[in-house]
Amino acid sequence: MAEAMQSINLQAGVPISWYLVLSAVLFSLGVAGFLFRKSIITVFMCIELMLNAVNLSFVAFANQHKQVSGHIFTFFVMVVAAAEAAVGLAIILTVFKNRETLNIDEINSLKN
Amino acid sequence: MDFLFFFLFAFIAVACAVSVVVQKHPIASALSLVGVMASIAVLYLQLGAEFLAMAQIIVYAGAVMVLFIFVIMLLNAGAESRAGRSYAAQLMGPPLLVALMASLGFAIMRGFPGGGTVKFDSFQGGTAQNIGYALFTDYLLPFEVTSVLILVAILGAIVLARKEMD
Repeated sequence: MAEAMQSINLQAGVPISWYLVLSAVLFSLGVAGFLFRKSIITVFMCIELMLNAVNLSFVAFANQHKQVSGHIFTFFVMVVAAAEAAVGLAIILTVFKNRETLNIDEINSLKN
Repeated sequence: MDFLFFFLFAFIAVACAVSVVVQKHPIASALSLVGVMASIAVLYLQLGAEFLAMAQIIVYAGAVMVLFIFVIMLLNAGAESRAGRSYAAQLMGPPLLVALMASLGFAIMRGFPGGGTVKFDSFQGGTAQNIGYALFTDYLLPFEVTSVLILVAILGAIVLARKEMD
């Protein structure tokens, strides 16, 4: 760790791997929320958090390779996330209308 | 200066992400998620993705989160209860999360030791002009398929959310 800190030159800019570590931390938090939360809306928000974390590493790689392809990928992920949010929230509305609950432990009609 | 901005907004992003996970009320989680998205947009600016930074603000922090908050209000979602989780899960969850983060960070630092550095303004390929040019030349087919996807999503949302008509 000591030589890693010495090799970092403050004038040279932020290492690309730090962005990737930040992305990994945000993704892990999204996974944790997805697994531990019980409200279906919050679980959905944690999915958006994971998508954002992955987008950040796409943009970091695009910066490293000086190519615009990573930005295009992020653009498509944004489009898919917006479509997913519209359909997913409509599904949540329908589920709430039929079951009167938002707790994912009680929405288990596909079990068994 | 690059380090200062990176650490500032990385800290805001991680703090807001923790808040998303631990807040009990869905509205508080949604507002924290807006904070995560805004700070990620600033990091996009630092990485030279100015078009994506604006799209992140408008699409994610604007449209998608308004949709979320609208549904939370509509369903009158209150604070969720913490009961029902097993004691082992509550005890083992945080250490396992830290272990997951640490192993991911270790793998990244091992895999990209000399992966170059990011300076503000070092990459100027992320303007709206460059994105538009790439979208309408190299990525024309995926772009058109995306429009079909959005059409399907609109129709699906309408069909799912409409009132039943007898």
